[in-house]
Amino acid sequence: MEVIRHHLSTVNVHPVERWISVLGGGALTLSGLSRGRDGMLRMVTGAAMLQRGITGHCHAYEILGVRTAPSHVTLPYELGVRARASVTINSPREPIYKFWRDFENLPRFMRHLVSVEPSDGQRSHWVARGPGNRQVQWDAEIINEIPNELIGWQSLPGSDVDSAGSVRFREAPGQRGTEVRVELQYNPPAGVVGAYIARMFGREPEQEIAADLGRLKQFLESGEVATTEGQPHGPRGRVAVAVEEAIA
Amino acid sequence: MRAACWYGNRDIRVETVPDPEILNPHDVIVRITLTAICGSDLHIYNGFIPGMQRGDIIGHEFMGEVVEAGSAVRRLKKGDRIVVPFTICCGECYFCQTKQWSLCDNTNPNAPLLTKLYGASGAGLFGYSHLYGGYAGGQAEYARVPFGDVGPIVIENGLSDEQVLFLSDIFPTGYMAAQNCNIQPGDVVAVWGCGPVGQFAIRSAYMLGADRVIAIDNIPERLELAKQANAETLDYKSKDILVELNHLTGGRGPDSCIDAVGMEAHGNGLEHAYDRTKQALMLETDRPGVLRKAIKACRKGGTVSIPGVYGGFIDKVPIGAAFAKGLTLKMGQTHAPRYLRPLLELIDRGEIDPSFVISHRMTLEEAPAAYEMFNRRSDGCTKVVMRPN
Repeated sequence: MEVIRHHLSTVNVHPVERWISVLGGGALTLSGLSRGRDGMLRMVTGAAMLQRGITGHCHAYEILGVRTAPSHVTLPYELGVRARASVTINSPREPIYKFWRDFENLPRFMRHLVSVEPSDGQRSHWVARGPGNRQVQWDAEIINEIPNELIGWQSLPGSDVDSAGSVRFREAPGQRGTEVRVELQYNPPAGVVGAYIARMFGREPEQEIAADLGRLKQFLESGEVATTEGQPHGPRGRVAVAVEEAIA
Repeated sequence: MRAACWYGNRDIRVETVPDPEILNPHDVIVRITLTAICGSDLHIYNGFIPGMQRGDIIGHEFMGEVVEAGSAVRRLKKGDRIVVPFTICCGECYFCQTKQWSLCDNTNPNAPLLTKLYGASGAGLFGYSHLYGGYAGGQAEYARVPFGDVGPIVIENGLSDEQVLFLSDIFPTGYMAAQNCNIQPGDVVAVWGCGPVGQFAIRSAYMLGADRVIAIDNIPERLELAKQANAETLDYKSKDILVELNHLTGGRGPDSCIDAVGMEAHGNGLEHAYDRTKQALMLETDRPGVLRKAIKACRKGGTVSIPGVYGGFIDKVPIGAAFAKGLTLKMGQTHAPRYLRPLLELIDRGEIDPSFVISHRMTLEEAPAAYEMFNRRSDGCTKVVMRPN
């Protein structure tokens, strides 16, 4: 897991803007050279523009959370918590991709999800269960999709959870099946709701995702998710029951 | 139903619990006709296996009759008489398909816990702690068996329960221990521990072509049982094992050494006191006294095969000796389903009758006394089988 407090890539300015900054900044700096006191301001401003153009990083953009540089990553958000996990499933890519793309299947192996309902081809409504059985809901949209290779999604504005995720399907070497790699990024809002959502994802979101992927693998390979819930045991005793309830 | 449940160190109680139910489509329910206590159950009994909860039903060597089958079960049907291997296997993952059954990816619902501890999880096991899935065990009247079509073997011939029961664990475990030695003509195999697994390892080593087997223990009845299988025997309390093995093998050392003892090794002298102290202080979880000797004794280029269970961390293991002598170390939970058919054929042909190892026949209700006796090795106890009423 990684908590990102700064940009992954510091470049947040579009290449065209960068050239404008370099040329404009250069001209401003040069024009400042012959203008005495007045020229100083031009030189400082010009130097800042030059820096913006050369490094591709704009401090004002960073503060405003604006980004004009083209992004090659699936996850558009650059702040918050990032978690990733992967699993190898003994199956070709196509059926795994198909199973995942039918988002209604996700609650079968993702422990926190109650339901996912597609509203059209790209958008879907997600309901998750948090601590104390409180429900959290959000709408998500597919923002990137390559059949049998990649699905990327992000939550729509106004959601409880500001999140984005991607899943990639890659053929494993030596006919060992398909590598499924998931990356999730979320930025819980501040305050009570935020703390609650952070709890829902757990203190170790990577292990949560890994456990979800383990269940996906169980279901797709063996046709069922392994469980011992509901099997008999002797009386546990009061202390043991209290501990179990606390864990649950 | 009645079931033997774990309640803490040396505290086994027979309780009335609900009957098991089908929880998944590939499950079957078995009415148990015969069940056994395994030496590895004693590690649970003595509190060396983490992840146990009060009330857990234990036991992983059992057989019986199918009384109910889940909706996706195709091969097994009601009334089939089956022996259930102790490893729960899905049959579809990479490991099952390459016959490394005990490494199954898909049958441990608590795999994340074991992954935290070991880096990855193998198959779920019956009655062997929540780290291995928390599956209810087979020292009971009934058991739920997941993936009934994959692991269990149907017994159709007239062999008795006592003759086939040990296909569930100790016979395949002893056999795999010997097979891991890659025995060549003329080989001498040393076996530490003449408990049930050691006994099967001794017999398997001969079946796989060993020239001589040297068995090490200090319990007279067990050494006697080893002698009956043609093994030369050494009592570690009265002899220096390393000197004796060296002498008995013309200075070469045994070609293979089998550690059929594991984490609760007994020994003598300062070394044993050291391990007991460290274990008591929780500075090491397992006592590797036998493993150290096996590595020391083994001939250059030989194999140390470890069917004995280890669970945690060990100390002062002479890895330098293993390296210098170019040893091969083979270990792991038994890939039980791999051996069911071939070993059943051996029994069927009369080449071995596994019931030789049974010293006590009791009922499930007597489980607490049976555990105590087996743990103390009192009354000449080598193996207890129990009949549920």
